[in-house]
Amino acid sequence: MSITPDVQPGGGEYADPILRLSGVSKRFPGVRALEGMRLDLYAGHTTALVGENGAGKSTLVKILTGIYTPDTGTLVVAGKECEIHSPRDAWADGITAIHQEPVMFDDLSVAENIFMGHMPVTRRGLIDWTTLVGRTNELLHRIEADFSAKTPLKRLGVAQKHMVEIARALSHDARIVIMDEPTAALSAREIDDLFRIIADLKSQGRAILFISHKFDEIFRVADRWTCLRDGHHVGEGLISETTEDDLVKLMVGRSIDQVFPKRHVVIGEPVLQVEGLSNATEYADISFTLHRGEILGFYGLVGAGRSEAMQGLMGISPPTQGTIRINAKRAAIFAPADAIDAGIAYVPEDRQIQGAVTPLGIRENMSLASLGKIAGKGGFVDTHKELARTRDLGAKLAVKAAHWDQKLMELSGGNQQKVVIAKWLATKPQILILDEPTKGIDIGSKAAVHAIMADLAAEGLGIILISSELPEVMGMSDRVVVMAEGRIARVFDRAGATPEKIVSIATGGSA
Amino acid sequence: MTSIVTRRELVLAAIIVAMALLIGLRTPVFLTLNNILFVVTDTSVLIMMALAQMTVILTRGIDLSVAANLALTGMLVALLSHAHPGLPIPIIMLVAMAIGGGLGLVNGLLVAGLGIPPIVVTLGTMSIYRGAIFVVAGGAWLTSKDMTDAFLAFPKAEFAGLSSLTLVAAAVTIGFFVLMTLTRTGRNLYAVGGNPVAARYCGVSLPKLQVLVYTLTGTISGLAGYLWVARFGIAYADIAAGYELTVIASCVIGGVSIAGGIGSVPGTVLGALFLGVVANALPLINVSPFWQMAISGAVILAAVIVNTRSEWRPRKLILREARRAAAGGQK
Repeated sequence: MSITPDVQPGGGEYADPILRLSGVSKRFPGVRALEGMRLDLYAGHTTALVGENGAGKSTLVKILTGIYTPDTGTLVVAGKECEIHSPRDAWADGITAIHQEPVMFDDLSVAENIFMGHMPVTRRGLIDWTTLVGRTNELLHRIEADFSAKTPLKRLGVAQKHMVEIARALSHDARIVIMDEPTAALSAREIDDLFRIIADLKSQGRAILFISHKFDEIFRVADRWTCLRDGHHVGEGLISETTEDDLVKLMVGRSIDQVFPKRHVVIGEPVLQVEGLSNATEYADISFTLHRGEILGFYGLVGAGRSEAMQGLMGISPPTQGTIRINAKRAAIFAPADAIDAGIAYVPEDRQIQGAVTPLGIRENMSLASLGKIAGKGGFVDTHKELARTRDLGAKLAVKAAHWDQKLMELSGGNQQKVVIAKWLATKPQILILDEPTKGIDIGSKAAVHAIMADLAAEGLGIILISSELPEVMGMSDRVVVMAEGRIARVFDRAGATPEKIVSIATGGSA
Repeated sequence: MTSIVTRRELVLAAIIVAMALLIGLRTPVFLTLNNILFVVTDTSVLIMMALAQMTVILTRGIDLSVAANLALTGMLVALLSHAHPGLPIPIIMLVAMAIGGGLGLVNGLLVAGLGIPPIVVTLGTMSIYRGAIFVVAGGAWLTSKDMTDAFLAFPKAEFAGLSSLTLVAAAVTIGFFVLMTLTRTGRNLYAVGGNPVAARYCGVSLPKLQVLVYTLTGTISGLAGYLWVARFGIAYADIAAGYELTVIASCVIGGVSIAGGIGSVPGTVLGALFLGVVANALPLINVSPFWQMAISGAVILAAVIVNTRSEWRPRKLILREARRAAAGGQK
């Protein structure tokens, strides 16, 4: 196998790129999202952007569409250097994006949605409805849409909303169209329609950046590929000269150089047995067993249903089918309080939204899920006991704070995450579910969280680790459950798991 | 333990003291003990109502029906006392709290059970409760002639030099302080307002708390209804008209965040006292009644601006430092 990471377009087939991004870096506090990234797009060609979850694809799209401003780097569109500071700048340079989940105005008409932000106006500055409706119908005709300009958006289905997004892209007369997982919500027939539209756009000489996790689509629709890994450009080339295997290797091809503090722990009795857990839309037939002292990794693409299944287990959105046994006893879980009583603790993915109560202090946050255990008669909180416990847990997890009543909004992301984990440890759980526990925190805090996980497993807790970071899942787990499209696709033993196999299964392959 | 008063509350207390001293320079009578006690007595009902309102605002709600509840309950207990002159005052007060609590419970059930936004629910019940006063009283006014001496005497009674109104307000304040700082329920109120999703994940039930807080505001409004009617010796449809806004203003001045999750008992009491001082001072320094509303409005805005500023400063500094640190790390 030979991958030339630096294939330059040669010969007469490619002219100069219509868009050339080079040396682009973007940092967020504690995270380097992109580093020295480059990207070339060619008129009349589709370029696929491939990379794992978190490789930096979305950041790149946000830079191109003016939502983020890069820290360094240059952008040249059609030979002219541009600076994009807002979505309006992006349109002016002929760049437009179709997002994964259409961001639109449900109560307005199709025409208003398409021209929002650049409505045609009359000389007096009023909206020119005749032109608006006329141009919209023209656009809709071009993409063979089966609805009209005046249809209210809320009456359209998801696929039709995607058509509106596409029409909006065309309304800018964009030379460069970015499609971020456009097929995620589409049926097979609608995907065919989308590909027909892509072919049409290509024939008009537009450049397309196509982002998808599904290799069959990439090989069907793309002419070129560019691969990202950990925010770096790691290769590009012609689709006709590569294979799925090569791309997967390039995507995950880092050495697992982080040292994970995984310890050898004697795996105990089953603590959690889940059978046939299903709900109407997000996940189906989820069955697995978790043992004491075991770390069970859950890997899958965004939208594979991992978090949703765990939220079902936690009683946040109760499942429609399935049984849950804890210590071989059937557990009835209809609300989060039932799950907490049964000994399950869930540290959610989105700290800001689902975990931390930022206006409150560390002590109050840590007690939130276990007030029942430290409140005596009449519901009075025993503040001495509370403070003692806060100190213990705070010390155990090495929370760095000025004092135990410091508000969470004043702490770093890593310390917030430690407080949220401490909150759940305070409930004295038997089963700990960690949903992306190290997302968005710095390397030091990451290592601390990993060490805590290893310690807890050694103490006999059963731990479920949901992570989109392959090295983390592989480094920390005893077994890895791979989910795809709401189902468990495969369970790997620690010995039998390789990055290539896991990614291949997660992306719908059968390797 | 958290310190009982925060920086923000100290700023507000300092503003109130400074304001009182300035007024005292022009009108020394303002600073006499008697007048200070009168201002506190006059503000007692506002303090109670603001504390109850605070619990609602903490949950990201609002209760606009409190003044209408006060007026309706006041009318009902006045009618009751008129019909049964022998009823002892403690019974009258309990009945007032029960009626007010019932009216509040209606709000709570509509908000929690049907998920209607609190502002819509209480806007509706506000009109219903006001309208009901006409219905129950047949459009009549009840004046002190229609009330028994005992009914009228309680708010004017004094114990150990303090008015009964002041004592009731003090008891209510202590009750709320204990509720908010020492109990599980108080903790959960801050949590649902601060982050409803996280609270839900922790097994905290928002609907139960909503029923509780709206019933609580109703109960306090009912008690205030008796005190108000008995103190002024009059009950009719328009008493305390617009008072709900004064109550909400007390909360906002006292540092309760309309976005929920932030607010304290001392802050809210200070917010109410601030408005009490303004309302009592303006007539004393001969400000024309035409100007009084505009002036108190401007003072409210000024207080809120000063107060929110004193909250912002430290946060901005941290951000700036973080940015500098990030920039430094890049080199």
